[in-house]
Amino acid sequence: MAKRFLSGNEAFAYGVRLARPQVISAYPITPQTIVVEKLSEFVEDGSLKAEFIHVESEHSALSCAMGAASVGARAFTATSSQGLLYMAECLPYAAGGRFPIVMMNANRSTALPWNIYGDQRDSVSQLDSGWIQAYAENAQEALDIALMSFYIAEHRKVSTPFMANLDGFVLTHTYEVADVPSQEQADEFLPPLQTENKMSLAAPKNLAFSAGPDSNTIFKYKEHLGILNAKSIIQEAEIRFEQIFGRHYTGLTESYQTEDADYILITLGSIAGLVREVVDQMRAGGKKVGLLRLRYLRPFPNEEIAAAVKNAKALAVLEKDISFGSEGTVYTNVNSALQKAALSIPNSNYIGGLGGKNISAEEIESIFYELTKQRSTVQFLGIGGEGSGN
Amino acid sequence: MKPFLREKVPTSFDEIPDTTSYEAGYLVTKNAGWRSVRPIVDTEKCISCLRCYLHCPDGVIFRQDGKVAVDYDFCKGCGICKKMCKSGAIRMEAEK
Repeated sequence: MAKRFLSGNEAFAYGVRLARPQVISAYPITPQTIVVEKLSEFVEDGSLKAEFIHVESEHSALSCAMGAASVGARAFTATSSQGLLYMAECLPYAAGGRFPIVMMNANRSTALPWNIYGDQRDSVSQLDSGWIQAYAENAQEALDIALMSFYIAEHRKVSTPFMANLDGFVLTHTYEVADVPSQEQADEFLPPLQTENKMSLAAPKNLAFSAGPDSNTIFKYKEHLGILNAKSIIQEAEIRFEQIFGRHYTGLTESYQTEDADYILITLGSIAGLVREVVDQMRAGGKKVGLLRLRYLRPFPNEEIAAAVKNAKALAVLEKDISFGSEGTVYTNVNSALQKAALSIPNSNYIGGLGGKNISAEEIESIFYELTKQRSTVQFLGIGGEGSGN
Repeated sequence: MKPFLREKVPTSFDEIPDTTSYEAGYLVTKNAGWRSVRPIVDTEKCISCLRCYLHCPDGVIFRQDGKVAVDYDFCKGCGICKKMCKSGAIRMEAEK
């Protein structure tokens, strides 16, 4: 292992290099650009033996990755925001084809109004596309997820593409010290890609074919099972990871001070770091508050959420996303988890950080205080509840 | 080789593959129902240059007893073979 001072994008690129992808197809978009720039430098200096393919669009970037995966190559791409939306047609294609592509998405706002800063409306809008979705909190986790993502996506029981999300700028462009494992350790962790889902002269196959009404549901059900299987394979990957690298991860969610918490804030991505600090401050003042960070949105941690929050008096979901005319999509999913577990806990939805707007410690603290009033509405941080401004 | 239909179509959960891939050459249904005109090969005029084989977008031209033939189970009747034939050996005939 070697300690390095890395941005989130660079840390992710180091993680990808350790996974030895054979094909990288990419089109640059802020704030993703640096991850593929870094990888192109690795290819140039010979430290990564991969085909680096400059494509003409994001649609082509993912199509190219699919082509690589269809001959059994380990493939990586990266995008953000409008780029992710431009490749949207290819997302369910890759998932339905069960091609275990890994893609980094730098979370960024979607137009209009045009904005290059971070929020999570890009990836959250693609939750139904059949991809695993992970959300990193910091550079170290980004690097580690980069390496683990290939193990999880390529596992026989999963065979599902993996989207690793990093908050644009706040995580992709800020620098932290991160441990970069040795290549020997990485090779011990991650075996070469083995798949029968490929074109081969030895065993010719039809790939990516049609399936009519009679069999389509079975294919889709198997796709669903694949992503559900990721739950146990994520756990398996993290146990192996800890054995080799000594870092511990906690599966689909991460609980912080939730055991005896009366009020729990559920969120995802880099903002969790600040929430943790606010929890510490409020705990020092005797307030029983906690944080539940969602590390994965697909597969969705239904049971984990229910287990972590079952004794809470009230919950808040803070997310950088809004499904217009409804509520935050993470909030919808959390409420479904509570309903399935027959938990009736008052809760509120806070929409914040849109277009890169800063979320302050004071705002997080005020969320916890508002929870004591047990309101149940959709609130826009800095504006107020629905109806405000009318 | 002419594409062929397998006798047994997989229908159950266990028979259907986990991924969208399966042993090559596997067709589960005929696919020519919308053809309105069919190509007819005049084997007297045909010089076996196989331009039709090279250009057929559906891969339905094959050899039968050393002569060019069309697989009508999969031919869509597009007429590209007729257009490409330099010997004038292919004509299109309306489907009845």
